[in-house]
Parts: sequence; C-alpha cells; structure tokens
Amino acid sequence: MKGLITMDDLTNEDILSILEDAARLLPVARGETFLPLLQGKILGNLFFEPSTRTRMSFETAMKRLGGDVVNLGDVKTSSVVKGETLFDTIQMVDGYTDIIAMRHPRQGAARYAQDAARVPILNGGDGAGHHPTQTMLDLFTILQSHGTLEGLSVVLAGDLRYGRTVHSLSHALVRFGCKLILASPELLRMPTEIIEDLREHGADVTETEDLLGNINEADVVYMTRIQKERFADEDEYTKVAGAYKLHARDVANVKAEMIIMHPLPRVDEIHPSVDSTRHARYFEQAFNGVVARMALLCRLLNIEVPADIQGGEA
Amino acid sequence: MADEHNMRRVTAIRNGTVIDHIPSGQSLKVLELLNIARDTSVPVSLVMNVPSKKMGSKDIVKVEDRELTQTELDRLALVAPDSSIAIIRAYTVAEKLTVNLGEEVRNVVQCTFSNCITQNLREPLPHRLRVTSTDPLTLRCHYCQRPQDLDELIHNLL
Repeated sequence: MKGLITMDDLTNEDILSILEDAARLLPVARGETFLPLLQGKILGNLFFEPSTRTRMSFETAMKRLGGDVVNLGDVKTSSVVKGETLFDTIQMVDGYTDIIAMRHPRQGAARYAQDAARVPILNGGDGAGHHPTQTMLDLFTILQSHGTLEGLSVVLAGDLRYGRTVHSLSHALVRFGCKLILASPELLRMPTEIIEDLREHGADVTETEDLLGNINEADVVYMTRIQKERFADEDEYTKVAGAYKLHARDVANVKAEMIIMHPLPRVDEIHPSVDSTRHARYFEQAFNGVVARMALLCRLLNIEVPADIQGGEA
Repeated sequence: MADEHNMRRVTAIRNGTVIDHIPSGQSLKVLELLNIARDTSVPVSLVMNVPSKKMGSKDIVKVEDRELTQTELDRLALVAPDSSIAIIRAYTVAEKLTVNLGEEVRNVVQCTFSNCITQNLREPLPHRLRVTSTDPLTLRCHYCQRPQDLDELIHNLL
C-alpha cells in the first residue's frame, strides 16, 4: 500500500488491523502519554479547500506522535493562484515532506497526486469523490460502540448526493455485510453509479425518503447536513430539510445501543436535545479523527505501533 | 461472396487502409475518431449498412494513400472494437491489423466528468480511462472513477 486514496486501497484485514492500532493509541491521542513514533517525520498539509476538523486532526495526530507539519497555507496567497498545476505543487511538496494529506475541490485529484508523488498521499476529500480517512474514524466509532462492524443495520441520512463522507463509508460498510438504508430527499439521492457498485458487491440497500420511520430498527444513524444552496429556493429547502432532522423525542423507541453519528459541522439537523441522550456519538467521532489518523500515518510510514502502550485500552 | 460484393460497391483502392466490420451506423464516428473527417487531402469512401454474415449489417471505410498506425487504430476500440483492418499496397493486402482495446485507453480521450482533475489541460499526467467491461463497453476514469458516457466521450478526443 502506498497511499490511501479510496477505501479500495485497504483490505478488510488492513482496516481492522489499523483500527486495532488506533485503539492502542488512544492514551497518546488524549495526551496522557507521549510516544514519539514519528519523530523526524514531516507531514505536508495540502488543503486547497477549507477544512477545520480534517486539517487540525491531521496536525494534532502528527504532533502527538512527535512528528512535524508544514502547511500549504491559504491557497489565495500560494503559488496555486499563479496557475501552478497540481503536478508541479506535488513535485515541490514531495521533496519537502515524508507524507502528504490533501483536500482538493476536483474529483480524482488525490489519485492524480499519488501518481505524481514519491511519498504516500492521504486523501482528505476530493470534490464529491472520496474521504477515506473520515471513513476510518467513522468505522472506529462504530467498532467502539458495537464491538463489531459485521452485519449492522445502518441508516445514512440527508445529502447523499454531494456528501463524500457517505460515499466512502457506504462502500466500506457493505464490505462488512452491513445493511444500508439510504434516507434522502429525491434531489439528493445517492448517485446511481455508487448504488450499482454497492449492489454488485451483493449489498442489501434500500432507498427511502422516510428517515424517522426507519430509525427504530437501526444500529447506526449517520446524519449529514443538507445545504441550502442545493435547492432552487428557500421554501423548497425548508420543506425538504425539515424531514431530515432528529430531536430527542424522535429517539424514544430506538434500540438502546443505537448510535447517532455526524461528520460535523451540523446546523440544525441534530437538535441539541439529542446531545445528552445515550445515542449521541458525534463529538467522540470528531475526537476519533485524531486517533484514526495517527494509526494511518504510522501504517503508511511503515512505523509499527507497539502492542503495549501504557494506559491503552481497546 | 457477400463480402466481396460489398467491397466492390466502391472502387478497390491502390494504396491505403480498409477498415471493415464497423458496426452499422458507426462509420461517421470512426472518421471523427481517426481525424479523417477534417483531413480533406485524401480520398475517403464510405459504405454503410451493407449485409454481413458475421454482423447482420456493417459499415466499411476505405482511406486512400494513407496507412493508419496501430496507435491511431486503437482509438477505434471506442466505437468499433471488432473491426478488421487491412493495409493495402498495390491493390493487395500487405498487412492485417486488429484493434487492441487493452485494459486502459491512454491519452486518446478526456474524461467526460466536468469536475475531474484532468479537465485542467495543463496537467501533464496522461488521460487514463480504465476498461471495466468490454461487452457492453464501459469505461471509468482512472482518476475520478466516474463512469463515462460513450456518446459524449467521442466529442472529447485529444
């Protein structure tokens, strides 16, 4: 394995083994112990699009492991604005760093960068394409709560068309035999080619516009933000988006161990009343971005995570 | 016999290239793919919708005084993957060639997805479309992984 561009770059065994590393690294991610596994290594953060959580969690992951980070900085003031090709930018950063984390507005940019680079590329989102490091932290969060990734019933809700997190996640869940219920407005349905891919892999996939009618049987409800600008007018948005919101009263009859996830930022698709229920996992999920990315950085840099990290827990 | 008759619908050529077994109606796309439509310096004969034992009906293209290269001919895989090609010299078949689709179509066409990284034509890496199935022909961009619309693709020749 060179970089991580899509979830197809990882086997199920790779996924589980990286998630085991992530579990062992928890005390390091929390700052309870310092473990400089990546001392002397430099991560290049190339974010051609705004990012808060992904960029910061990569930076935190690298620093918690004793490594260093260089940033592209604001695209508006970098050589990109002068018309530099992605190929040339990668040639430069490739020479400065040991590994690159990248987000780019164009789909396929991460694969392109990997073809141009010597060092591994971690795809932090390419257009509406893939976001595999988010998928790894999502899987880690599910594994933490359910103890398994196998055969779960998962509702993916909201904007399934443009939301790259749900594209990568759905591929991964299907490989572990999960049942998928895709709840979205007609306009924001999962792209046909992705559904075809999932079904080719033998997936049990149901498409519906009804979120609340499907949450009682679910093990995981994964919410995403519906953006106003996807709709022709505000009335249409208000009418449609209203059906993809969760309130504490909606989760009264769900399974006790059901978890609610969200890649954040949320706007109003999860009411704050849900935060104090036993089902809310989105803040742990955001924290897990650090530990999942620590495990990925170690794996791609061929650094073994020790089995006995003091204070570690599975 | 039928094939011989079809060949003679237009005059035998002295030197050049004959592309036979083009699916009926696809010969105009073949001309476009080979950039022949824009090249007015060579005589071109086109035979459309003639009977074929193998295919039911087919098109044939004859290009005079020009020997198409294997690289040019491999482009045909996009519209006529089973076509057979003969290089003619002094009225006789000097060489027979076949179209090789291979596993990837490289630097022939540009991905049809408007937000693919390869839309910036200044990016120097090759345009690569992976062949995911040959019958029916389906292609996906190596970079963005989007399935390609074959009708649209023909307009994206490099």
